[in-house]
Amino acid sequence: MIYLLLLLVPLMGAFISWYIRSNLQRPRILPLFGLAHFILTLAALALRPTPTLSGWIALDPLGMVVLLTISTLYLACSLYAAGYLPSRRERSNQVLCFGMLICLSAMTLVTLAHHLGLLWVAMESTTLSMAPLIYFNRNARSIEATWKYMIICSVGIALALLGLFFLAYATLVAGQETTLLLEPLIAGARRLSPDWLNAAFIFLLVGFGTKMGLAPLHTWKPDAYGEAPGLVGALLAGGLVNCALLGVIRVYQICMAAGDIRFYQQTLVGMGLLSMAFAAVFMLRQSDFKRMLAYSSVEHVGILVIALGVGKGALPGALFHIINNGLTKGVLFLSSGNIHRSYGTKNAEKVRGLLQRLPLTGGLFLAGFFAITGSPPFSPFLSEFGIISGIFGSGRYPVATALLLFLAIIFMGMANTILPMMMGSAPREAGTIVGYRDQFFTVAPPLVLMVVILILGIWQPEPLRQLLTDAARLLEVRP
Amino acid sequence: MNSLIDQLLVLVMLLNFLGLGTSRMHIAIRTVAFQGVILGLLPGLTHTLTLHLGLITGGIIFAKGLFIPWLLFRAMRRVEIREEVEPFLSHTATLLLSALATALAFVFAAKLPLAPQHQGLLFVPAAIATIITGFLVLTTRKKAITQVIGYLILENGIFIFGLLLSEAMPVMVEAGVLLDLIVGIFVMGIIINQISREFSSIDTSRLTALKEEQ
Repeated sequence: MIYLLLLLVPLMGAFISWYIRSNLQRPRILPLFGLAHFILTLAALALRPTPTLSGWIALDPLGMVVLLTISTLYLACSLYAAGYLPSRRERSNQVLCFGMLICLSAMTLVTLAHHLGLLWVAMESTTLSMAPLIYFNRNARSIEATWKYMIICSVGIALALLGLFFLAYATLVAGQETTLLLEPLIAGARRLSPDWLNAAFIFLLVGFGTKMGLAPLHTWKPDAYGEAPGLVGALLAGGLVNCALLGVIRVYQICMAAGDIRFYQQTLVGMGLLSMAFAAVFMLRQSDFKRMLAYSSVEHVGILVIALGVGKGALPGALFHIINNGLTKGVLFLSSGNIHRSYGTKNAEKVRGLLQRLPLTGGLFLAGFFAITGSPPFSPFLSEFGIISGIFGSGRYPVATALLLFLAIIFMGMANTILPMMMGSAPREAGTIVGYRDQFFTVAPPLVLMVVILILGIWQPEPLRQLLTDAARLLEVRP
Repeated sequence: MNSLIDQLLVLVMLLNFLGLGTSRMHIAIRTVAFQGVILGLLPGLTHTLTLHLGLITGGIIFAKGLFIPWLLFRAMRRVEIREEVEPFLSHTATLLLSALATALAFVFAAKLPLAPQHQGLLFVPAAIATIITGFLVLTTRKKAITQVIGYLILENGIFIFGLLLSEAMPVMVEAGVLLDLIVGIFVMGIIINQISREFSSIDTSRLTALKEEQ
């Protein structure tokens, strides 16, 4: 029942929003459905519903971690949208509201699906429903970004489908009943044909990795994140990325139950380090602050994938980092949207005196920067610390050293771009036109997310800690 | 029965060459549509007819043979484009590459550890050859519509492999995959329309505004 509500409430919202005529009233229903979805998510966390539809739909602790992140982030984004969209009255937001709610339903289905075919369908639906959102600004640059996103992600996700077929074929060659249900696949993983499982792993990693933005498959990401409105960037970096990561985690669960796991672990660590290296190089001299955030997203999927590859002690930190990264990206993208509107440019060199012109937004952007680079007392510090000590604990010193080195470079690169934005005096506005100033609805949502990150950095509630422990147990290698 | 299936799969591979070699947009769209119809017929030939199978056959033929080509023709009329001009790699060169890939697909498929009942069938080589052809179209052509056609050929290739294990894909999932494909092409059609309005051309090699500044 709760499954049905989680999926249908946003869908219902999508259709209602489609039939609301007023461009001014329409965004106001977004927070309503965001809040309903959030309450349902909390209810699901408390009730722990049992699997239904012969195991196709189930909410395990891993799905719960991602669902919780998405639902919290979405609530913040929908509140922000209610304040932001009415200020852009000239542009119809019908498609944007519709797409946002459809995407919420599809993302929820990704977290619930335990049949990999269903997971694939839901994942592709999130890709498609996001395309019109990236294109909200309707100019030449956003069309280019949308086209690249559409073609690259569609091809990537098609390759993931081929990977799924390989996985099913591995069961066929092993003489088992062909299935794509997660539990039987994990149970029978040891008897799967290793060659076909390897091929399936590679194709699924390439497919979902494209959507996650793992290097070298990340090329669409800076373009899409750079051209999309801030709130869409937040949903992409905190929502879609985590959905794709959950896809990789599902594959990981199967592979870790198979016999020889070294190949999978090494591939994950290698791709993660490569992603961090790409991010470090492109962030050092990045003048577009939205593109910089896109590379930060590439960096953090890299960290998460490295943690998966190392396994064992790094896993609890990685699961905690899913939440922290998602929420911090929300703070950064929402406040960067405010900066973009106030200064009318994404070029960091033209943004000066941010703390003077937009004290709240500027402060949030600065705090978000410190949080995402792993500074205490924010929660990403704890999760990154957990991951790094986990890597040291399993004796992978070169990996841990490289990771620390990249983190240091990225910190310097981001600081180089962001700190000068804060200082100096703001450029004068032309004539009598006064640009955007801090407003309640566009500052409160990132502020709330920031407070959550701060609290999680100091104290984690018991149910959350329990959830993370349970989720980490699902990822352990079963001998 | 098996010989009929093999002949149809050979036809699919020949259609790859036609789709790759033609510079006329409407021929390329019809080629992909024809390929889609053949793929729709194949499940009916490999398995005994049931209601489930009838639905899938009908759905595939409708989606790949009628609806998606209709979407593409509509997009083509709106942007008034008839021919693919000057691809990144000439038609002859891509045809040669595709022929080479098809030959290698046969060699490669013979070495794969296939299940005993699938050895010697044309499904796997046809799938590999079609996937590679799709990639060739995607990467060497400039027009946005032709890139969509490349994506469809790629999808057809993946579909051929999927025929080996139709038991694993329940009808709900198959329907979902098809629906996603249709919506995907629909969205791509809209973007193509916007590209042509904004750039007065659907030449994707003009989409170069977004890059790292040096």
